[in-house]
Amino acid sequence: MAVSEKVSPQGLAEAPGGTPTHCPYCALQCGMAVGGSPVRVTPREDVPANRGGLCQKGWTAAELLTVPDRLTTPLMRAHLGAPLEPCTWDEALDRIASEITRLQARHGRDAIGVFGGGGLTNEKAYQLGKFARIALRTSQIDYNGRFCMSSAAAALNRAFGLDRGLPGPITDLAGADAIMLAGGNVAETMPPFMRHLTEMRERGGALIVIDPRRTSTARQADLHLQPTPGTDLALANGMLHLAITEGLLDEAFIDGRTGGFEAVRIAVNGYWPDRVERITGVPVPQMREAVRLLARGRRSLILTARGAEQHARGTDTVTAFINLALALGLPGREGGGYGCLTGQGNGQGGREHGQKADQLPGYRKIDDPAARAHVAKVWGVDPEIIPGPGRSAFELLDALGADDGPKALLLFGSNPVVSAPRSGRIEERLNALDFLAVSDFVLSETARRADVVLPTAQWAEESGTLTNLEGRVLRRRRAVDPPAGVRTDLEILAGLAGRLAAPGRWSTDPAEVFEELRAASAGGPADYSGITYERIEREGGVFWPCPSEDHPGTPRPFAERFHTPDGRARFVPVEHSGAAEGVDEHYPVYLTTGRVLAHYQSGAQTRRIGPLVDASPEPFAEMHPDLAERHGVADGGMVRVTSRRGTVIVRARLVDSIRHDTVFIPFHWAEEGRANLLTNPALDPMSRMPEFKVCAVRVEPHEENGADL
Amino acid sequence: MSGIVVVGNGMAGSRFVTEMRDRDREVPLTVFGAEPQQPYNRVLLSNVLAGKSRPDQIGLVDPSWYERHGVDARLGVEVVRVDREAREVHASDGTVTPYRTLVIATGSTAFVPPIPGTLDGLPAGAVAFRTLDDCVRIMEAAGRAERAVVVGGGLLGIEAARGLAGRGLDVTVVHLAGHLMERQLDPGAGRVLARTLGRLGIRARLEASVTALRSEPEGDGARVSGVELATGEVLPADVVVLACGVRPDVTLAREAGLEVDRGIVVDEMLRSVTDPSVRAIGECSQYGGEVYGLVAPAWEQAAILADLLAGTDTAARFTGARQITRLKAASVELAAMGETHHGDEDPDVEVVQFADPARGTYKKVVIKDDRLIGAILLGETGTAGTLTQLYDRAAPLPSDRLSLLFPGVSGTAVSDSPVRMPDAATVCHCNNVSKGQIRACWEQGARTADEVCARTRASSGCGSCRDAVEGIVSWLDEQEAAPTG
Repeated sequence: MAVSEKVSPQGLAEAPGGTPTHCPYCALQCGMAVGGSPVRVTPREDVPANRGGLCQKGWTAAELLTVPDRLTTPLMRAHLGAPLEPCTWDEALDRIASEITRLQARHGRDAIGVFGGGGLTNEKAYQLGKFARIALRTSQIDYNGRFCMSSAAAALNRAFGLDRGLPGPITDLAGADAIMLAGGNVAETMPPFMRHLTEMRERGGALIVIDPRRTSTARQADLHLQPTPGTDLALANGMLHLAITEGLLDEAFIDGRTGGFEAVRIAVNGYWPDRVERITGVPVPQMREAVRLLARGRRSLILTARGAEQHARGTDTVTAFINLALALGLPGREGGGYGCLTGQGNGQGGREHGQKADQLPGYRKIDDPAARAHVAKVWGVDPEIIPGPGRSAFELLDALGADDGPKALLLFGSNPVVSAPRSGRIEERLNALDFLAVSDFVLSETARRADVVLPTAQWAEESGTLTNLEGRVLRRRRAVDPPAGVRTDLEILAGLAGRLAAPGRWSTDPAEVFEELRAASAGGPADYSGITYERIEREGGVFWPCPSEDHPGTPRPFAERFHTPDGRARFVPVEHSGAAEGVDEHYPVYLTTGRVLAHYQSGAQTRRIGPLVDASPEPFAEMHPDLAERHGVADGGMVRVTSRRGTVIVRARLVDSIRHDTVFIPFHWAEEGRANLLTNPALDPMSRMPEFKVCAVRVEPHEENGADL
Repeated sequence: MSGIVVVGNGMAGSRFVTEMRDRDREVPLTVFGAEPQQPYNRVLLSNVLAGKSRPDQIGLVDPSWYERHGVDARLGVEVVRVDREAREVHASDGTVTPYRTLVIATGSTAFVPPIPGTLDGLPAGAVAFRTLDDCVRIMEAAGRAERAVVVGGGLLGIEAARGLAGRGLDVTVVHLAGHLMERQLDPGAGRVLARTLGRLGIRARLEASVTALRSEPEGDGARVSGVELATGEVLPADVVVLACGVRPDVTLAREAGLEVDRGIVVDEMLRSVTDPSVRAIGECSQYGGEVYGLVAPAWEQAAILADLLAGTDTAARFTGARQITRLKAASVELAAMGETHHGDEDPDVEVVQFADPARGTYKKVVIKDDRLIGAILLGETGTAGTLTQLYDRAAPLPSDRLSLLFPGVSGTAVSDSPVRMPDAATVCHCNNVSKGQIRACWEQGARTADEVCARTRASSGCGSCRDAVEGIVSWLDEQEAAPTG
């Protein structure tokens, strides 16, 4: 059955099961209807991303609305060391405003930091960036998407001149000849995505998965390449080397639509097959087979996800995969090319509208005078008052409370105590702050440390837009009223802006904020100016860029040309250098981190949902039985995993689906199972992405001596 | 200001120059290369010979790189003398260049056996195989030839033979030892390799010594016509490739008074033991009595030396390298490493092997103290990635030895039929639905997979368990229909 990409207006309004909206979690943004009493979720058939499918996270999303420890009143600490106690909204907002004023008077405007999230709607992300720039006038804003999409974004901008996750509608996937997924486990992270891959395979397309673990996704692949963590770049270069020597280049495409190939040819001459085999551990015949499958019909897609991107060389790693795609002539074809699998719900839109340290709305650069002038005009301010670029996420968090760093932090939609790398260090920095305010709907591990906590509305209680992994702008619609005492982030920002006597408009109506966002993004790379709420509902979403209301949107932005000055894609030579922290005699095992199906990000939401906790109650360390035996670790026993930055104690899970030299720990949990206590914050020089995906650890059985109960 | 002067722009020298510049953008860097073209990747010569790459496509450094990175590249200029007293090098173009540190990376030259026919230079059609120029000459000679003889059945000789056979020539490899690639392979593997090559049109003459090159007059010179063996037999040939090994090129170093054994003797910081301001890397250097002839150790030395000279890792040391040989010849997959000659006579050594000569497969791993000390994979190299890493890291081996020889024999847990699963087993991972829940749902009246899926949410995520759900439902139906007993 063919599924229409369009949604009839009446279908939207009268959807069975309640208000049509989208899932609160990942970037697939599965369509669901929310309604009834008690509130239930029903999957929508009319959204191409999921076509009636949902994973357990989606099915249980309604339970988020009624978690027992939902915050419904602001909380405040009277003084350092005092407990968090309920207070009024005025008390809370007055306190935040007075701390801002006090600290900025003493330390300057950059004394206040702002940290946002990739789960915020476009409207909130836009308003938060504006709040930082013209209400606080601080340069110190960044967001957790830096830990998510930034390497792919930097590589895409460098190669194609435009950072949009997928190169076409998700329905193109089923028609691909081959899809190679580097460092992604979609069967667990966005299960309904697998339906598109399954359909492709049923039509004869091949699925190739690159992952150090034989994941649920890898098990369903036609070919699984299992490299040493931290060696994806060498693998991609090696595959390009093979593409050259096997005569599989698309010379016409290289000549006609790209530039810079000769420099890449010289670079990959140094990646002959057996050298790459030695670096990666991937057998040469498998590399050759992967290249042949990709070149077989040319309508092939190379996708990267966090496994390839979350490295200190993440940008270059993604570039290596883009080089391969370009050399094979894949981009620009329907169903082919290179794409990045966006992670967070609004990971795409969240990186376009100004919560990034170096960016203004519409994906504009903050140091570009024309961009500043355009945005200042929309905001009704002098361009001079807009600050310049600030610190990137980890650097911002790392500078908190330091002499030259922010003294206060306002945090929205993020839980860095669990999700940031080397999170023990992040806790120290949060403790060094004079003031921390957190907006959240539960008391997350980070909110617990705040001086003021603001209870905010959540997904089904608010409206706005999100941009999914396709680059399709979608409507999130309010299905239920927020509990009494809760405000939306737009209301919070308006309340603070008023107290700070900020210039600009501070509407609390998402539709009005979106109108302003449209104007601010007009003419930028991520141009939303032609998108309206009505169009989104009528057309089932609109692909950006969409520069005018009569423009159809851009499902396939690279079909005709790339968005570089000369319209050609750029080859960029890149070199392998390996993990920032290699294994040695003291830390002899690689650690890689990732996700499990039942949980999302820091787990602040999913660890509160009964069925998800039942499915996945606790963190664990996955390792090969041989590795476990050598370190005296028993299946199901507690194991201590130690890096140069910390120790976690988790249950051992012995599997033969992981390399002998690697341990895997999912990062959704807090306390002593917090994987990010171990991870290495070595940063990518371009994207400032930390190296979440590989560091060196040692593994020991945890001796429970009975006394510490 | 004097800086670093590099003599030699081959695999080791050119790698050092780029590694050095990566770490230090300021230090003055001069590199002399005797060949006028940009440095190329010698590993890819077999591709050129096989016709997979053009000679101009195997470069290692973009010609514009030198200028962009402030490196003084003297290509086509030979260094004729090193004055260690004055710390200067004298070049063939008459220039004198001072140095603070001299890096010698002169590599090696092909060994030509001193036999009648080679003493006054090689006749046309005979080429000692070492450089890109040699490679081009071999291809030119092969263009109008029918019969080729390759002297030397080592790695390079076999790659040359394979390239020539691929060009349609009738090829014979003449080899002194009792089996091919005897430095890397045990006799069993050598026999299987010879058989595999035979199927590709390459004959091997073993324990055969070449005593002379035969040639015929052509114009002012001579053209090769065959090789003469010690038995007196003459193998006619239109092209003869000499692949009789290489000798480190140490003339410059020896004349400069540096200690030279087979190569320039260096310590673990790659310093000449005679003069610490002179370093040597690649095939012209000798560490711990070893001259390393492969690219991997040369590149490792280049990185270590760059770390030391740039100060980016002052603790970097070269302590020897593990050499892994990989034959690059179409339709012949071969990886070999370490001590491969052990049999089962040594009780401390564990040998695991598999041979299927008819299909060209020979696999062997040699284990001592639970570490891999040698391995051969011939014909099928699916575990080469695993073995090379285990060998490189001297890592403890998997308990399942079979997985060292065959990929995929372990780990691919064949998923049991859903019918035989215990009730607690998860069928739908996306929605955490167990077989027991499906059974319960069926017992409550849901008799189709659609109904079961709708009620349990099974297969509503990735959809991959749909077949399993259908299987369980139809099995339950059958159970019901079947007479109990």
